[in-house]
Amino acid sequence: MSFLNREIVKFIALVVIILLMPILVHEGYLLNVMVFVGIHTMLALALNLLLGYAGQISLGQAGFFGLGAYISGILTATHGINPWLAMLTAAVVVTLVAFMVGFPILKLKGHYLAMATLGLGIIIYIVFNEAIDQTGGPSGLSGIPNLSIAGFIFDSDLKNYYLIWGFTLLAMGLSLNLVHSRIGRALRAIHDSEVAARVMGVNARLLKVQIFALSAGLSAIAGSLYAHTMTFIAPASFGFNFSVELITMVIIGGLASIYGSLLGAALLTVLPEILRAFHDYDIIVYGLLLVLMTMFMPGGLVKGIPSLIASIWAKSRKKVIPDA
Amino acid sequence: MELSDQIAQYLVSGLSTGAIYALIGIGFAIIYNSTEIINFAQGELVMLGGMFTLFFLNTLHLPLPLAILLAVAASTASGVLFERLTISPLKSPTPLALIIITIGGSILIRGLTMLIGGKDTHALPSFSGSEPLLIGTATILPQHLWIFALTALAITLNKLFFQYTITGKAMRACAANRRAAGLVGIDVKKMVLFSFAISSALGSLAGIIVAPLTMTSYDVGIMLGLKGFCAAIIGGLSGGISTVLGGLLLGVLESLGAGLISSGYKDAIAFIILLLILFIRPQGLFGKAQTERV
Repeated sequence: MSFLNREIVKFIALVVIILLMPILVHEGYLLNVMVFVGIHTMLALALNLLLGYAGQISLGQAGFFGLGAYISGILTATHGINPWLAMLTAAVVVTLVAFMVGFPILKLKGHYLAMATLGLGIIIYIVFNEAIDQTGGPSGLSGIPNLSIAGFIFDSDLKNYYLIWGFTLLAMGLSLNLVHSRIGRALRAIHDSEVAARVMGVNARLLKVQIFALSAGLSAIAGSLYAHTMTFIAPASFGFNFSVELITMVIIGGLASIYGSLLGAALLTVLPEILRAFHDYDIIVYGLLLVLMTMFMPGGLVKGIPSLIASIWAKSRKKVIPDA
Repeated sequence: MELSDQIAQYLVSGLSTGAIYALIGIGFAIIYNSTEIINFAQGELVMLGGMFTLFFLNTLHLPLPLAILLAVAASTASGVLFERLTISPLKSPTPLALIIITIGGSILIRGLTMLIGGKDTHALPSFSGSEPLLIGTATILPQHLWIFALTALAITLNKLFFQYTITGKAMRACAANRRAAGLVGIDVKKMVLFSFAISSALGSLAGIIVAPLTMTSYDVGIMLGLKGFCAAIIGGLSGGISTVLGGLLLGVLESLGAGLISSGYKDAIAFIILLLILFIRPQGLFGKAQTERV
């Protein structure tokens, strides 16, 4: 079976699993957790395209996520605009904004890039808190309507599950397609050596900005979906901690792995639900995971677990045939 | 002359916060120059300074000067431990890995402090009373004077150390060219450790002297650390007098912006300045542009 066919089979298997999941998981609370897994997957995916494939860090992803949520929320709750139109507006506006700030920001590298994106994220967060007339300030914005198609309103956990995962799977499919294309190869070339990529004729500067804008736009769509499913948003969900949480998802799942984003997002969304006792202290677990994973399993779980199994397998074989 | 009185007042408070930013910024620059790491955990050491002082003062009931000395020592030990456990074991880390590890480390330090010390905000007593002094039309608190004096002292000692001691010279050699420094027999790993120790000490001192004015809690490190980084960037990461100027400039602009424009957006001002500097003059306000080596 060719490489491409294998990828397609793998993806279709995932789609089937996701579609059938509600047969097993039909309790409201669990479905709600799965809705969050979907939104987080989309966000981790968006970040992974930038961080894992192009090798450019962003510590301001939560800001773009929040911009999507607030643009959608304000347009619908305050101005009564159709939610789908609001989502489209959020995606377009955030993509354009990211495209414009992307040029000066992505000229920076390494620590400077990290600090600049962090600064951008914090500025956005401060605006959410301070522009009280528009955003409602720290106490949040409520009364955001659900999405609907011709009178069919996405207002239950099950409906939202299919809505969110529809978008998430679409984003995953498109991302898989992107990273296996010429652009995906160019991105990885930039990751390995930007100079070499430029020498080979890759327009590194433009491509980095484009992927940054795509990543921001995708995060904005996730934000818009979040606003319309939760119907209430507050700045606390879009702070620096959430940007770090997203980075943790990508690192734990695996840099430059689409399925790794799903794995990382699922793990970091389900884990805190299981470890309810940890409540405020889950951030310690994130910190520990970040440090330990980067030190000992830099490829994330997607690459780390198979290689761990392989090394254990190799060791056990050595014991069985000592002469070989 | 209502407005000029106000401006004088903003200048006083701006310069004193600026001094704090300068101390933290120098810490960033020292580590960056010897390792090319931006230590995202720098702010947490500032926080630890305040929290340790509080612990020694309130729980162990030690006198303030002793509590301060012990707090600086404890924070320095924490910084050294952090370097030994996370940075030192790495063989050939990428910048990305270092960013993520120091962020992870900062979260860990913050989380552990919250776990042990709780989430409350605490006030540290002023070093010598809180009777405001009148200088011209501006009032100045004794704590402001302490901040100016201790910052000046720390910066001078730091300067003398790097200029005249053999260890300081060795550290500067590492900053200029790590490989060449290693070849002439300088223990580079030890110098890296020293740089973490010095910057932790400076950072914690900053955290301690500002605590009587601004209160302290487990989460003050993020903002102070980031502002210190802004100061370092404005100064071009040199660690010298330009970092001090960067800190003072940032403190004054922030204070004037908060007073004259909007206090809600006070923190945003620092980050807008940071972005502008990074976009327009990434080598710092006073630095020369460098060509990139491939």
